[in-house]
Amino acid sequence: MNGRGKVGKDMKKTYKIDVDCANCANKMEEAARRTAGVANAVVNFMTLKMSVEFEEGADPKAVMQDVLKNCKKVESDCEIFL
Amino acid sequence: MNKKQKKVLMRIVAAAGLMIVLSLVPISIDWLRAALFMVPYLIIGYDILRKAWKGILNRQVFDENFLMAVATVGAILLGEYTEGVAVMLFYQIGELFQSYAVGKSRRNISELMDIRPDYANVETESGDLESLDPDEVEIGTVIVVKPGEKIPIDGVIVEGRTTLNTSALTGESVPREVEAGDEVISGCINMTGLLKIRTTREFGESTVSKILELVENASSRKSKSENFISKFARFYTPAVCYGAVALAVLPPVVRLLVLQTTPQWGEWIFRALTFLVISCPCALVISIPLSFFAGIGGAGNAGVLVKGSNYLEALADTKYVVFDKTGTMTKGVFEVSGIHHNTMPEEKLLEYAALAESYSTHPISKSLRQAYGKPIDKNRVSDVKEISGNGVTAMVDGAAVAAGNDKLMKSLGIAYTDCSHAGTIVHVAVDGVFAGHILIADQMKQNAKVSIAALKEVGIRRTVMLTGDRTEAAEAVAAELGIDEVYSELLPGDKVEKVEALLEKKSAKEKLVFVGDGINDAPVLSRADIGIAMGALGSDAAIEAADVVLMDDDPLKIAKAIKISRKCMRIVYQNIYFAIGVKFLCLLLGAVGIANMWLAIFADVGVMVLAVLNAIRALSVKDL
Repeated sequence: MNGRGKVGKDMKKTYKIDVDCANCANKMEEAARRTAGVANAVVNFMTLKMSVEFEEGADPKAVMQDVLKNCKKVESDCEIFL
Repeated sequence: MNKKQKKVLMRIVAAAGLMIVLSLVPISIDWLRAALFMVPYLIIGYDILRKAWKGILNRQVFDENFLMAVATVGAILLGEYTEGVAVMLFYQIGELFQSYAVGKSRRNISELMDIRPDYANVETESGDLESLDPDEVEIGTVIVVKPGEKIPIDGVIVEGRTTLNTSALTGESVPREVEAGDEVISGCINMTGLLKIRTTREFGESTVSKILELVENASSRKSKSENFISKFARFYTPAVCYGAVALAVLPPVVRLLVLQTTPQWGEWIFRALTFLVISCPCALVISIPLSFFAGIGGAGNAGVLVKGSNYLEALADTKYVVFDKTGTMTKGVFEVSGIHHNTMPEEKLLEYAALAESYSTHPISKSLRQAYGKPIDKNRVSDVKEISGNGVTAMVDGAAVAAGNDKLMKSLGIAYTDCSHAGTIVHVAVDGVFAGHILIADQMKQNAKVSIAALKEVGIRRTVMLTGDRTEAAEAVAAELGIDEVYSELLPGDKVEKVEALLEKKSAKEKLVFVGDGINDAPVLSRADIGIAMGALGSDAAIEAADVVLMDDDPLKIAKAIKISRKCMRIVYQNIYFAIGVKFLCLLLGAVGIANMWLAIFADVGVMVLAVLNAIRALSVKDL
């Protein structure tokens, strides 16, 4: 995370990711959205960034571990830099 | 190339070499041949097989890895070793190329937008400079910017003068001269002198942060074409897989049961595998967002910030362009544009007027002083009387000078000649005698006329100008520029109504663009199909409200933005039609048994490479 993203009122954070293909990025987006505690997620393949909006009261650190787990399931060759 | 890509390249070279050697050496023992071919196959394909297996475990069966694994394993089981290895090989070449091309354009674009400052120099109490993270600098801090450095935070110059390079922000190469007292925005490069700047914003609120945020979020707003492709890919891959299963099973069964002939299982399974190789949706899935990304990047380089792929898409369908006048087509600053009916030299008349008005703070007197251009010695002026709403009378060098409008002339009983031009008129009388008048008007922008012509050239159906100005002045401007329709004497609220009326008249497919300078027209900017704010450097409200931001105030960029969007959309459609067309054709040929594995490889990798190369063309917008 490297202190890049900022936690605003709506609990939105941006993470750097690494993934090789555009379709895989789409799949990661889907997987992140399905994770509990995530209100919305957008993956930008071109800038290799994932911005995640958390649900109220969710702990971003714990949620992101699940997001990473779910992403690895759909695309084993991906990385999220937490 | 990065480490990962180099590794793949080595595998490709090794596997290709082995494959060629093996296909040249005749090996008659079949199991040995099979075993030897497994070496290049595993070298090139082990990760695909592993991913396909993991996909099955995670119930993600219908992905590219799965398709490739099934197709190649199938080919090998049927004894087509060379084809099996070749498919995997070309698939990897395609992936490598794609990853290289995407990485390269990613770097190109981030270089174009390389405006993020890394540090800010702050003077410490001992007088040394300390480099701080720009995020930590508070409002009102004095920062030091050395020649060659980027201005990290918006502020006002307190000391020093220099030339600024704004090209990273505006795409404009003409440098800008600034000195103490001038406002400067972050992202400009200080070229010549040492500057001390008092910051007026936090880093997060500074121009450079706003722009970066905007660009980074741009491709997150997906266009209709992109959504179409994602949806297409979602139903397409499973459909093709089921199609392949049907192709492998149904014809042999029909042959066996209905036609009572040999089922030809091998032949039909092979056709089904070919079908699978052709079917890979990568060309589409990668090339469409890449085209938009490249288009947005190219536009950014030209000083046109597009806030999302959806806006770039809409911009290409622009048929109506509605402008605000002041600040868009005109400079929005009042300057002396002419001196008429003068009985003395123009300079002398201007000198009298400027001196007489020298105590006034009215914008008109400011433009007079500016036109005069020389320092004003106020000792030459006495007995200044300001007659509110009319003008001034004063003694200048011992002569009684009156400068003001026709009411002033009338009240003094001086006969004057009226002016036929649009603008504000300052009549000047010296010692009770009319000496001529000075016309002060908003100056047309240099490219205003050319830009309207350029809009016509790109097929804009109607250009409309909205303004709060007097009808006379508005129509004069419209006629000179060649604008089709003009609505004048409008209040800000009226502009929204006019735009709504225009929106109602047109069809949904034709888009209406509103161009404003971002001051007072935020509601109109958001009401139009696409709001373009121009000259938006340093104006947050405009950047916020608009969909497209022109970094400088050149109206010619409107046509340029439309051209960029058209080029990008042309490429997007080319890629969609080309990729889907070739795929369906090859699928058909594969199903009837005409297409072999080699054609299948072209349909997959070849099409992808061509589509990616085509997508990258969207990046170059220089000649548009």
